[in-house]
Amino acid sequence: MITIFKARKIITMNPAHAHTTHVAVRDGRILGTGLLEDLAGWGDYTLDEQFADKVLMPGLIEAHSHLMEGSLWAYTYVGYFDRMSPEGDMQKGCKNLADVLAKLKEAEAKIEDPDEAMPAWSLDPIYFDNVRVTRHDLDQVSSTRPIGIMHASGHIMNVNSKALELAGLLRTGVNHDGVPLGADGMPLGELKGPDVMTPVSPHVGFDRDMLACDETGMQRFGKLCVRAGVTTATDLASKLPDEVVNLFADVTSRANYPTRIVSLRYHHGISPEDLIAHAEELKTKSTDMLRLGKIKVVVDGSIQGFSARLREPGYFNGAPNGLWYISPEHLAYILENALAKGIHVNTHTNGDQATQLVIETMTAALLKHPSPDHRFVLQHCQLADAAQFRKIAKLGLCVNLFANHHFYWGDEHYKLTVGPERAERMNAAGTALREGVPLAIHSDAPITPLGPLFTGWCAVNRLTASGRTLGEADKISVAEALHAITLGAAYTLHMDQEIGSIEAGKRADFAVLENDPEEIGGDALKDVAVWGTVQGGRIFPVADL
Amino acid sequence: MTLSDTGLLVTVLSGYLGAGKTTLVNQMLRQANGKRLAIMVNEFGDLPIDADLIEAEGDDLIALAGGCVCCSYGDDLIAALGQMAAMQPPPDHIILEASGVALPAAIASSLGLMPGIKTAGVVVLADVGLIEGQLANDYIGDTVARQLGAADLVVLTKTDIAGPSQVLRAGKAVAKHCGDALILEAAQGQLALDLVLHPQRLAVYEAGSPHGSGKGLNTRVETPEGPVDAETYARALAQRPEVIRAKGHVQTPQGVRTIQVVAEQWEVRDPPRDAQVGVVIISLDATPIRQPENA
Repeated sequence: MITIFKARKIITMNPAHAHTTHVAVRDGRILGTGLLEDLAGWGDYTLDEQFADKVLMPGLIEAHSHLMEGSLWAYTYVGYFDRMSPEGDMQKGCKNLADVLAKLKEAEAKIEDPDEAMPAWSLDPIYFDNVRVTRHDLDQVSSTRPIGIMHASGHIMNVNSKALELAGLLRTGVNHDGVPLGADGMPLGELKGPDVMTPVSPHVGFDRDMLACDETGMQRFGKLCVRAGVTTATDLASKLPDEVVNLFADVTSRANYPTRIVSLRYHHGISPEDLIAHAEELKTKSTDMLRLGKIKVVVDGSIQGFSARLREPGYFNGAPNGLWYISPEHLAYILENALAKGIHVNTHTNGDQATQLVIETMTAALLKHPSPDHRFVLQHCQLADAAQFRKIAKLGLCVNLFANHHFYWGDEHYKLTVGPERAERMNAAGTALREGVPLAIHSDAPITPLGPLFTGWCAVNRLTASGRTLGEADKISVAEALHAITLGAAYTLHMDQEIGSIEAGKRADFAVLENDPEEIGGDALKDVAVWGTVQGGRIFPVADL
Repeated sequence: MTLSDTGLLVTVLSGYLGAGKTTLVNQMLRQANGKRLAIMVNEFGDLPIDADLIEAEGDDLIALAGGCVCCSYGDDLIAALGQMAAMQPPPDHIILEASGVALPAAIASSLGLMPGIKTAGVVVLADVGLIEGQLANDYIGDTVARQLGAADLVVLTKTDIAGPSQVLRAGKAVAKHCGDALILEAAQGQLALDLVLHPQRLAVYEAGSPHGSGKGLNTRVETPEGPVDAETYARALAQRPEVIRAKGHVQTPQGVRTIQVVAEQWEVRDPPRDAQVGVVIISLDATPIRQPENA
């Protein structure tokens, strides 16, 4: 059964055949692209003209997201920016604290059980002049049910008095940097950092394992992918116990599941030896729609949480250097053994000292285990400078830069965390490409919304929310951005032989667009409307979600 | 003291990779002598407990001789602590082995957020052969320094395979970072269990040299029965020729007071806010610490 899709334009990402109008598909694979007469020789076909006025691109690839983006939609969204829910409800942003409280009250009124916990997410007081939200504010919403709001950064939570009471923290004498106290000596309900969030989060309805995802969350994640034109997405850090692997395998194997999931085994909480063994075991469980066997190593924390490891001159506001989440010795063990066994490793480094540690450790590991095509990926790698990118290129490493960060937190980085010069070089996509580093760009959803075209817009324009351009020299072109969210991302996943471009033999994964991203202009790239996707030859219109 | 008025005590055991935490933990288990210790480790990895101490192994919990247990907390310390605290009967004391790069001060203050859990103190181990290099390392130097800065007790380890000059150098390097923590030498984990269960700071007047050996000097914690007169108690200690130093907090009819003894001098002061009753006494009266073979 051959289907030939006719489109207004097909952007193939295959330079030999860059643009065309028809693509032939059989059993979820591409037979070829070209004019109708070029493809007719494959035999009997059905001509599908529903995309005759659409633009097709290779299915977009989100190479750094978390399935948790899907599960969070079970909770109340109180972010500053308008955000599309999986079901297509455009939720209005909360522009001040009053908006936040009003939205919470509205959601609260719908819950019948007065004791039921109420979790909410994506609060960002940075946009309300950093006004401190307190338990007294949230007590206006309810004094009987515990309420907790996760901040957009994921590093801070606000809770009400009931939540503190349940956690045994509604008392004087709490002595912790992450728990600010009021004039009465009682905690104000702001919990800063994972150490102080975890004792309270189960009481406000957040799962103990924040990165875990359930079936409903996976379905919602799939819907968000279709809305964003995404056909392959990563779940970048999971513990992947058997029951989770079974759930992922079950859901992704269903005929109506629209997204190929690449889930990485998180290094934390397991010995390096067991990590390598688990990755090897997981690899054998991969399917077409669920790819396993890769490792994620978190090396440091976050820049806005002041837990990233920075080289000189350190934090702009004088904060002490951040935290290591792995010892250099364990990192070396993992990199060496992964190279020896052909396991693909992705490292999270935000600060440039953490990036430098990976560079130096890889340099030594590659002397022991030369590996011509390892493609290990530095994820985030936000503060790398030109010299580091040169080394990264030489070592055969890839980068996946956090382009969205400029828009959401660029102003904070400029004013507070790293200062003007280093804020301008953050996520230096232009430098990476000039130095020959394979490049992907990402959203880190749910930290910022899933949407590779928006992420491309961020890398092209480098604008902050307040309108400041951060790093003119590191802007990339629209063509480079489109490459980064398709073939570039596929390369970093070792999947460029099967996805990332529209050409013979590859998976029939397409983003179906209403507008032409090559014509609309870089400043409007985020406004390209997505009609839906084709994944493995299956059609997923946004309108049917 | 009973559990109900103090909460479940947790000693945070810190130190960079290879500093000897596992060796020390095994020695503590051999000295448990009826105390039900719960050992919490980040991950089991190469099993951290000597085989002869193990009675039964589960996925996350190992039952040990004498009612002790060892569990791994992975990436959810709070949940694991909750499980330990809920054990019936509860353990007498938890020794929490932090990962090599974790900051014990942060762990200790987080423990304070858990109802029914109280931090006994922070013990930081330093390998005398490696500590200077670690402190000078671009990547981990500040982490190791911050670990030492949080210590109530620093234990210099592997002193048996280092020369005296190296021990002295290591002691000086450590002293620059660990404030008024007590610094002791202990090869092969030879340290009195009480010191680990109740680590307390001792003001250091001559920063530099270790304050004694966990083996040669007798260092112990004494908790007087019932209220005492602080002046009388401190004077009595100072008059005992074998007592070199002592510091801690005693219960008096007027409340808790802090005492300090250096040779024949003593003083009594107001206690710090979170003072626990107990006095660390270092004396020449060496009592051999139990060896592994006669445990």
